[in-house]
Amino acid sequence: MRFGAALAIAGAVLGVPAWGAPARVVSLNVCTDQLAHLLAAPGQLISVSALAHDPRSSAYADALADIPANGGGAEEVVLLEPDLILAGTFTTRATVEMLEGLGHEVALFPPVTSLSQVTEHMARMGALLGREDAARNLIAAFEAGLDRTPPLPDGPRTLLYYPMGSTAGRGTLADALMEAAGLTNIAAEMGLSYGTLQLEQAVLAAPDLILTPAPYARPTRATDLPGHPALRAVAPLRRIEAGAAWSCETPALLQAIADLRALAEDAR
Amino acid sequence: MMRAVTLAALSALVVLMIGASLLVGYAPLRPGPALAALFGQGDPLTVIVMQDIRLPRACLAAVVGAALGMSGAAMQGLLRNPLAEPGLIGVSGSAALGAVIALQTGLAGAFALALPLTALVFAAGAVALLLLLAGSRGGSLTLILAGIAVSALAGALTSLVLNLSPNPYAAAEVVFWLLGSVADRSMEHVSLAAPLILAGLAVLALTARGLDALTLGEDAAEALGVSMARLRLQVLVGTAAAVGAATAVAGAIGFVGLVVPHLLRPLMRARPGALLAASALGGAAMVLAADLAVRLILPDRDLKLGVVMALIGAPLFLHLIFRTRKELA
Repeated sequence: MRFGAALAIAGAVLGVPAWGAPARVVSLNVCTDQLAHLLAAPGQLISVSALAHDPRSSAYADALADIPANGGGAEEVVLLEPDLILAGTFTTRATVEMLEGLGHEVALFPPVTSLSQVTEHMARMGALLGREDAARNLIAAFEAGLDRTPPLPDGPRTLLYYPMGSTAGRGTLADALMEAAGLTNIAAEMGLSYGTLQLEQAVLAAPDLILTPAPYARPTRATDLPGHPALRAVAPLRRIEAGAAWSCETPALLQAIADLRALAEDAR
Repeated sequence: MMRAVTLAALSALVVLMIGASLLVGYAPLRPGPALAALFGQGDPLTVIVMQDIRLPRACLAAVVGAALGMSGAAMQGLLRNPLAEPGLIGVSGSAALGAVIALQTGLAGAFALALPLTALVFAAGAVALLLLLAGSRGGSLTLILAGIAVSALAGALTSLVLNLSPNPYAAAEVVFWLLGSVADRSMEHVSLAAPLILAGLAVLALTARGLDALTLGEDAAEALGVSMARLRLQVLVGTAAAVGAATAVAGAIGFVGLVVPHLLRPLMRARPGALLAASALGGAAMVLAADLAVRLILPDRDLKLGVVMALIGAPLFLHLIFRTRKELA
């Protein structure tokens, strides 16, 4: 009994997973990569998706650089002999079914669409990895961070304009972040969820501020659109430099909210 | 007389289509304020929509259509074959490949005209290859087979280059380069393409007399003082410049150069020289009309211009092949 308690304490100090927790965790999705990395004991997460190493999509690319990447194929994953596989609900259906069919435990995480879901996912990941204490700490720090930055009063009416004219409105994480920062989202105002906004409609919505992602290295027509002269003539156009912070359920979201507030204040 | 009337009617049609293209859009604007906004009057947002979005779109549709229509007429005149068309025989596809390579290698950023010039070089390569393969007699079978090969290769290489791009949107881009669109292009694109297109059209206009003489056969044309080598070079350079520049900013739009000369040939009394100007006007009107259809039929689905053109052009192409087969039989 005492031995067990001592072991548990030693485990907590050294950061080893609890008894019965999966020792070899493989992640196939860029969001589960990051969340598992934040909560896992050293050595518990043995493989992450290739996107985890790309700073454009992963806010923890540097920290994850030491963990080998997998290509997401069932064959490759099986050879890693995982105890637990983490995947997104948009991970290739065939791969997930194949892995489940081979008797592996696969935990699926849907993309987060609200801030309350963020803490739910943190708690769930903690339970899956046997790292409940670490999850409690992460959630407490995240909620304290949210309380420290109240929404801006009277923020600008903002248009999020992605390549190919797509935008994000109601029921999206981007909208939740804008709300937390105090910005009015034009797409939500128009009743759009994920959708596209024609250039003409975007101009006539008379935004105070337009936010677009940072461009990719190789230009395409799709990623050119947010740079159209008509948009530049309507409102200040700002680039979201740290786009990776926006997409996953990690404390990097606090940085995204802080960046949004800074962009909004800068555009006044 | 008939020709002059036709040309006047086509000019009026182009003006009408440009007007319609300016007044029809995704946002409902009333015609009065919209036209005032075109000249900078009224609500500043409407002014931006009219001057920065709809005007470049209409201008681009018109010059791209003119380029494709006139190139089609010139190639058909030179090869004396109604199936020669920049889209069908891979000239547009090759130009698109050049444009994609220029964009993806960063060459397009080197100097302003790098993008249309690269497209021009690739288009010229395709035209030269076709002139070589189809030969002076312009056999239909050789022309079509060579066209299929060049189109397929150019399309595959375009897709390959885009698949290898680190930009995740590059794969979605394949559709644009294979089907073409003038949506959301800006005045920058117009100023990039228009000078080269107009230069190409001017070179093609020089071929009118030669093409007319060529209807009598190559020997008769030479006897009339037409240099065949020069005529071929003019068609090659003019087509490459016009189609190359058009494709560099609007993607590969097919069938315009096939449909337009075919429709106008009877009105021009089968004179290839006169058909050049008529096809330029007709091409402009046709692309403007197709672009209007894109906006009216499925306004929120980003329908591609090339889809509408193929829906009009493909049945006509089959009809032409059918007729050619009967003539051969």
